Amino acid sequence: MTEQLAWLIPVLPLIGFLINGLGYKKNPKGLVGLVGCATVLGSFILSILVFFDIKANGAKTIDLYEWISVGTLKIPFSFLIDQLTSIMLLIITGVGFLIHVYSTGYMHDDEGYGKYFAYLNLFVFFMLLLVLGSNYVIMFIGWEGVGLCSYLLIGFWFKKTEYANAAKKAFVMNRIGDLGFLIGIFMLFSTFGSISYADIFPQAQTASTAVLTTITLLLFVGAMGKSAQLPLYTWLPDAMAGPTPVSALIHAATMVTAGIYMIARSNILYVLSPISMAVVAGIGLATAIFAAVIALTQNDIKKVLAYSTVSQLGYMFLGLGVGAFTGAFFHVMTHAFFKALLFLGAGSVIHAMGGEQDMRQMGGLKKHLPITWFTMLMGTLAIAGIPPFSGFFSKDEILAHAFEVSPTIWAIGVGGALLTAFYMFRMFFLTFNGKFRGTEEQHHHLHESPASMTIPLIVLAVLSVFGGFVGVPEALHGSHLLNEYLSPVFGQSTQILNAAHHGHLSHETEYALMGASVLGVLISIFYAYTVYVRKEVVPAAETAPRSGLEKASYNKFYIDEIYNAVFTRPLDSLSQLFYRILDKSIIDGVVNGFGQLTQWSADKFRRIQTGYIGNYLFMMVVGIILILVFNFLF
Amino acid sequence: MINYITVLLVLFPLLGSVIVAFIRGEQAKNIALGFSLIELAMAILAWTKFDYANPDSQFIYNQPWIESLGIHFKVGMDGISFLLVLLTTVLVPLIILSSFRKEFRKPHALYALILFMQTGLVGVFTSLDAFLFYVAWEAALIPIYFISAIWGGEDRIRVTFKFFVYTMFGSLFMLIGIIYLFIQTPGHSFDINQFYQVALDKGTQSWLFWCFFLAFAIKMPIFPFHTWQPDTYTSAPTVGTMLLSGIMLKMGIYGVMRWLLPVLPLGLMQWGQTALILSIIGVVYASIIAFTQKDIKRLIAYSSIAHVGLISAGIFALNVQGMQGAMIQMISHGINVVGLFFVVEIIFDRTKARESYLLGGIASKAPVLAATFLIILLGAVALPLTNGFVGEFLLLNSIYEYGVWYAIVAGLTIIFGAVYMLRMYGNVMFGKEGTASANFTDVIGAEKLVLYAICAMVIFFGFKPQYLLHISEASVNNLLEIIKLKMQ
Repeated sequence: MTEQLAWLIPVLPLIGFLINGLGYKKNPKGLVGLVGCATVLGSFILSILVFFDIKANGAKTIDLYEWISVGTLKIPFSFLIDQLTSIMLLIITGVGFLIHVYSTGYMHDDEGYGKYFAYLNLFVFFMLLLVLGSNYVIMFIGWEGVGLCSYLLIGFWFKKTEYANAAKKAFVMNRIGDLGFLIGIFMLFSTFGSISYADIFPQAQTASTAVLTTITLLLFVGAMGKSAQLPLYTWLPDAMAGPTPVSALIHAATMVTAGIYMIARSNILYVLSPISMAVVAGIGLATAIFAAVIALTQNDIKKVLAYSTVSQLGYMFLGLGVGAFTGAFFHVMTHAFFKALLFLGAGSVIHAMGGEQDMRQMGGLKKHLPITWFTMLMGTLAIAGIPPFSGFFSKDEILAHAFEVSPTIWAIGVGGALLTAFYMFRMFFLTFNGKFRGTEEQHHHLHESPASMTIPLIVLAVLSVFGGFVGVPEALHGSHLLNEYLSPVFGQSTQILNAAHHGHLSHETEYALMGASVLGVLISIFYAYTVYVRKEVVPAAETAPRSGLEKASYNKFYIDEIYNAVFTRPLDSLSQLFYRILDKSIIDGVVNGFGQLTQWSADKFRRIQTGYIGNYLFMMVVGIILILVFNFLF
Repeated sequence: MINYITVLLVLFPLLGSVIVAFIRGEQAKNIALGFSLIELAMAILAWTKFDYANPDSQFIYNQPWIESLGIHFKVGMDGISFLLVLLTTVLVPLIILSSFRKEFRKPHALYALILFMQTGLVGVFTSLDAFLFYVAWEAALIPIYFISAIWGGEDRIRVTFKFFVYTMFGSLFMLIGIIYLFIQTPGHSFDINQFYQVALDKGTQSWLFWCFFLAFAIKMPIFPFHTWQPDTYTSAPTVGTMLLSGIMLKMGIYGVMRWLLPVLPLGLMQWGQTALILSIIGVVYASIIAFTQKDIKRLIAYSSIAHVGLISAGIFALNVQGMQGAMIQMISHGINVVGLFFVVEIIFDRTKARESYLLGGIASKAPVLAATFLIILLGAVALPLTNGFVGEFLLLNSIYEYGVWYAIVAGLTIIFGAVYMLRMYGNVMFGKEGTASANFTDVIGAEKLVLYAICAMVIFFGFKPQYLLHISEASVNNLLEIIKLKMQ
């Protein structure tokens, strides 16, 4: 069945895009929403069927057509559907579908409704291509495609210049990473003579470590861009300029998980290069902490969530880097649930607040938005890592592996988890507890969102609560279903890693680690409770004086300003320098100089043409004499 | 008839040109469009009969012309030629159609010149005789000179004069090279096969290389021979700019492939790397200049220098990815740049402005233009599944095989291209309404038709590039074999 129908999985959303895109002015809203949602639902149902087929029968390759063929470079348009892909398919289409449904409510009054759903479907299409491709170039199609869609959706309300700029920034920053990815593909081709996974991975061990390290680092540059890691992360927080469901789509189901998927897909290449593994882990850990520190002081509800995504992605890279491939992937999945939930919940809050995103204007929303409140609570508990919510299991698995590699990494990782718990509950309490701080008009307007929005919230809340049970660690007498399912993908890498170092943690150690981190998280939450509920502290206004670390964090460590000063402005100055001095004056000056020289010499030579026969005769005689002398001498 | 298809393709537009020249008034453009469409139909007919597996020239027509000098009227098409003939025959009707809404003084003269130019262009791409090639090369220059000088914008006389002299300057060196080679041929002939037989020592080939390269480099143009280009592209009427950028600059690239590499392979060994480096410098240099251009026509002119630099670098990398990448990128660039200049024209037509700070907020007023402009632009920035990606991917891959660092520097184009293109798009289409764009109306009629056709090609060849790659595959492999053999 997979062979016959799997191509429909990406094609259905593409059809949706075409219908809504081509007819975006004529199609009635009902049809637009129906097409948008139904196509993704169709893909989701097919993904479920594919999941069971793969589970029973193993991986499948589907060749569609020969896309590019030049010399020995063959790039088939073909799909590889294995365990990893099938889970990604479920996440993308499943969570994607819920976001589509939610959007029918959230975007209902927007004039660009049809265009919005067209873009949303296109987004899903490209993300599906990304995970379905059987070679790196098809992955690259999806890779750049989601970049495009994020550009379109972040800049959806393009009448505001700053939104349009945020969109451009996202695209350009992604492209910086894409260049690394592209060079990595070239290197893969020149090393292995192919760009297909099926050809490359079995040969992986034949390549030298230096080559593999270079390749994997180049690919990782791509991942840093797409998955918003240091130093290419600044586009993601700005990306919240788009409609809130788009943020949910970018942050949870698509786009940012691409980098994780790429490394997980290439796991064998990474495992063979310890340096790359260390770099991935290092960047991941640094990003996790850095973004968490920034999130501590942000007052925009979406910004907090955005930085939390950057931070959680850092954990996933940490997991990949320490060899916890399943763990990282597990976290992709649980994160998709709770981050989609949190963003959609935030959307519900913003919807009720009439577009207000500043948490200093909120407070006490619990009684006005009970469903949103409760589901957001579930999401917040999940991301904070409270057992038995889903985030606990996945984060615990990453941290346990980190401990095997180095207790210091574990300690820093847990430190980040404490920060996470704090800023998440800070957000939660500021929004839902205390007294309402907004205007009278906003207060009057407060309402729970319609069912099209709350039902997706409820479904996601259920997933956030129970989603972790597919990966209960052995220490807790669970069976790790996910690990089992993904073992064909990561099996070889795990073997290599196990052969290289360290045995397993004992159950006692694992209990102790879990206990320590859970205890820390609880204290962190309690601290947030004391500050924001008991003492009802409200973050200071924009202009209030801040000092030291707080100021730096509040201003996001001035990274944007630094990039501006180091890259953007010098390049613009260089552009003017090249244009005005080099191009207009020097190079063109030389060219015009040639022209003037010709005119000048023509002017001089013209004087020779006097018209007097005598002069000509004289010149002729001189010429003859010169020729004779020349012949005589040489 | 099919055996005469090449010569028909060369001469038919000339016939059209003569006829159109005598037609007064508004009918001229319709007749011109008719001729260009019949020409297109002939090219498609040739396509159906084209033998993909044959690497050599097909549909050869060979008549003695000036026998005492061994000059023949010899034309024919191999895969490389044929792709460019296809590009020419597809673009000319689109370019004519794109000018339909505009009122020109003396329209008959303009359209006659366009058709005349087509003869020159097709002649360049099909000539199998060096003398004929030179004649066609210059014949293509004359009409574009008049088009730019008569219907151009501000400062057109000075700019066009410079353009004319500059390219003539290059051509004269090529003429010297051609005559020198002619003397060296065993049978004193201008036939291309005779030229391929000439075996000169490395020293001679080295200076001959520059004779030809200068002419081609100026035409493309390659850094630092490019300074005529932005001015000319900006001041020429948009039909002229489209002809120049869409088709004419491919003459230079084609010349390198057909007349430089296989004839002077030892010169190539000596200077190929220099040419490649100059090309790559052009990619980065022109991209950086494009960052801060306010005039969107000039911005696209600079972007064209960057794109052409990449194509040229791919050719000088001397591998199959580079050659095939160059072929498909010539087609894609032709399509996309014509589209981009057309959008500029549409905007200028309505607003009388090309400065991005006077524009803005057009997207909400003209959604069809916004969408089609975006699709063409995505082709230009080489987004996968657009036509631009295939060429850029292959070209960068070829440069990578030549040298990793070259590829990294040239690869900056994918970042820089996104920067200047999206910046332009944002400034023009998004944000607040500009002073000039307040009463903007969406595209209609022929404008829509042209934009849709271009967008369709951008997407179709992004999905199915093999349709184009197949055409030139055999000839490109053959060409590379000849070069490699002669280099040993």
